[in-house]
Amino acid sequence: MKILVIEDEPDLRGAIVQSLEKEKFLVEMAATYSSAIDKVEDYDYDCILLDIMLPGGNGLDILQELKKMGKADSVIIISAKNSLDDKLTGLNLGADDYLTKPFHLAELNARVKSVLRRKNFTGQNVLHLNNLEINFDNRTVFIEGEELVLNRKEYDTLIYFVSNKNRLVSKTALAEHVWGDNTDDADSFEFIYSQIKNLRKKLKESRAEVEIQAVYGVGYKFIVE
Amino acid sequence: MKLLNRTLVYLSGVLLLLLAVWATIFYFEMLDEVYDSIDDGLDNYKTVIIQKAQTDSTVLHKTEFAESNYSIHEINAGYALQFKETYNDTQLYMQNEADYEPVRLLTTVFKLDKKYYQLQVISSMVEEDDLIEDLLYSLVWLYLALVASILFINNLLLRRIWRPFYNVLNQLRNFRLGKENKFTPPPTNIKEFKVLNETVDSFISHSTEMYNSQKQFIENASHELQTPVAISINKLELLAERTGMDEESLMIVGSVMQNLERLTRLNKSLLLLSKIENRQFSTDGPVNIQDIVTKLVSGFEDLAQYKEVTVLTDYQNELTPPMNRDLAEILTGNLVKNAILHNHTGGEVVISVYADSLIVSNTGGSTTLDESRMFGRFYKQSADNASTGLGLAIVKAIVDIYGFTVKYSHSGSRHTFIIIFS
Repeated sequence: MKILVIEDEPDLRGAIVQSLEKEKFLVEMAATYSSAIDKVEDYDYDCILLDIMLPGGNGLDILQELKKMGKADSVIIISAKNSLDDKLTGLNLGADDYLTKPFHLAELNARVKSVLRRKNFTGQNVLHLNNLEINFDNRTVFIEGEELVLNRKEYDTLIYFVSNKNRLVSKTALAEHVWGDNTDDADSFEFIYSQIKNLRKKLKESRAEVEIQAVYGVGYKFIVE
Repeated sequence: MKLLNRTLVYLSGVLLLLLAVWATIFYFEMLDEVYDSIDDGLDNYKTVIIQKAQTDSTVLHKTEFAESNYSIHEINAGYALQFKETYNDTQLYMQNEADYEPVRLLTTVFKLDKKYYQLQVISSMVEEDDLIEDLLYSLVWLYLALVASILFINNLLLRRIWRPFYNVLNQLRNFRLGKENKFTPPPTNIKEFKVLNETVDSFISHSTEMYNSQKQFIENASHELQTPVAISINKLELLAERTGMDEESLMIVGSVMQNLERLTRLNKSLLLLSKIENRQFSTDGPVNIQDIVTKLVSGFEDLAQYKEVTVLTDYQNELTPPMNRDLAEILTGNLVKNAILHNHTGGEVVISVYADSLIVSNTGGSTTLDESRMFGRFYKQSADNASTGLGLAIVKAIVDIYGFTVKYSHSGSRHTFIIIFS
């Protein structure tokens, strides 16, 4: 899987690249408008992370180019400006997703994998993870052929973990992803413990060969051996 | 008291005094002139009678006024010689009026054929009480007419003259910083009003400029902060993933991350506030509040369960205010979230939807919140450092741009927020 990161801020670009490389993706970078245009014209990418404000031009113009080439659907816009107009323009130009800075690396992972799943899987969108079988189309999970019944939030939590397997998932990242903007107060994150406890219990009872590990002070790690 | 009427009060006081003084002087002047004229007449009459007496001796025997207006008595010489001519006011019984009426009486002496006679001549007098009464009535009418015409002129003429002033006043009264209202100086050729226009205009444009640059600063600062915060959070996430991190280090990393996340929330809330105040949200049309509440309640289900708070809904009527959907969600969401978070174990939240209002009430502490400060920025009721203290400020900002009202009340341990959508 080849991913292009178009971002002018070197530190941020570095962190994104490092995180994506941990997922075993092949990552390329572009720091300016012209180098980005060159890359998208010359190569094919499975996913493109696109910053809107770039030296030398507007990221939305790159998106326009990509749309002409029919490649806009693999684009995730990353912007410091949580502007509704930019978001609408971007999505109207065919971008797949829109992510506002600052974001969690776990969230970026989840978004990238969601794009890749939609792009690359034809027919049954199914993922096998040890003895877990996840059907993304039906939102069902089977463990050794037996269905693991999860409510909507438990399913979303599990998928988030799956997208970030063996990676660190912070409490905030998880809460924002699953419970949305409604849970943006740190003290309300305490309740996530009880939510995770339930999911962990269900996985354990079904003898799933995965484990949700608490990372002291930070969050969780979904361990898949 | 209105400016126009204030001048009227002063003018009517001054006029009253002026008219009273004028009337007194006028009265005595007139009376003096009347006496003068009557006395002249009496004097002339006297001369005529004396001349007549020299030719007609019957005149000398007329001792009663009766049908004529003079009487003659013979007097001794000694009395006559020291007599001085006098004019007196006296009363005489008048047949026609059947009453004693004031008359002017001239008493004089004359000598005829070595005999001395006293002559008394009378003339009908002005009735002073009648005169005063007439004068007073005329004056009262004059005074009233004057006051009425001043009132009339004030209200017609002055009002027209002062129109630019009232126009400025009205514009200033409706002026709110940050709202889309411009000052349009009313046309005038009065110098003072021109100065007023210029002063108000420059004052308003200066304030607006200041306000806008301050808002712009908040927005820019928030944007500029996002990239370094993003880098810091992402690098910490990578750091925390490194093998060999001990628990203590992870705790520190986690704590730094949480604080950066708090900074992010603060930043986002400030940006949101400034966008609301800049009116960057368009109205989507009627938004069904009931749908939003239903969605919110299911979204907050886990949190409410964890806090052991019961959330009850009471849908009385459809409530569909015309507004931006995102703002409606933020408005409702902030109130409901506060109601769940600032609650106690086993407490409850009641969300009621009426045709023109949304009521969110919750059980909580028994102390009343400071209503004058609670909608301000960074208001925190406790040392709970996780909250941004901007939730209610955002509620207020949304309510303000749409001209809705938000009210808070507290009784017992129940806190109630009411949004009136009109």
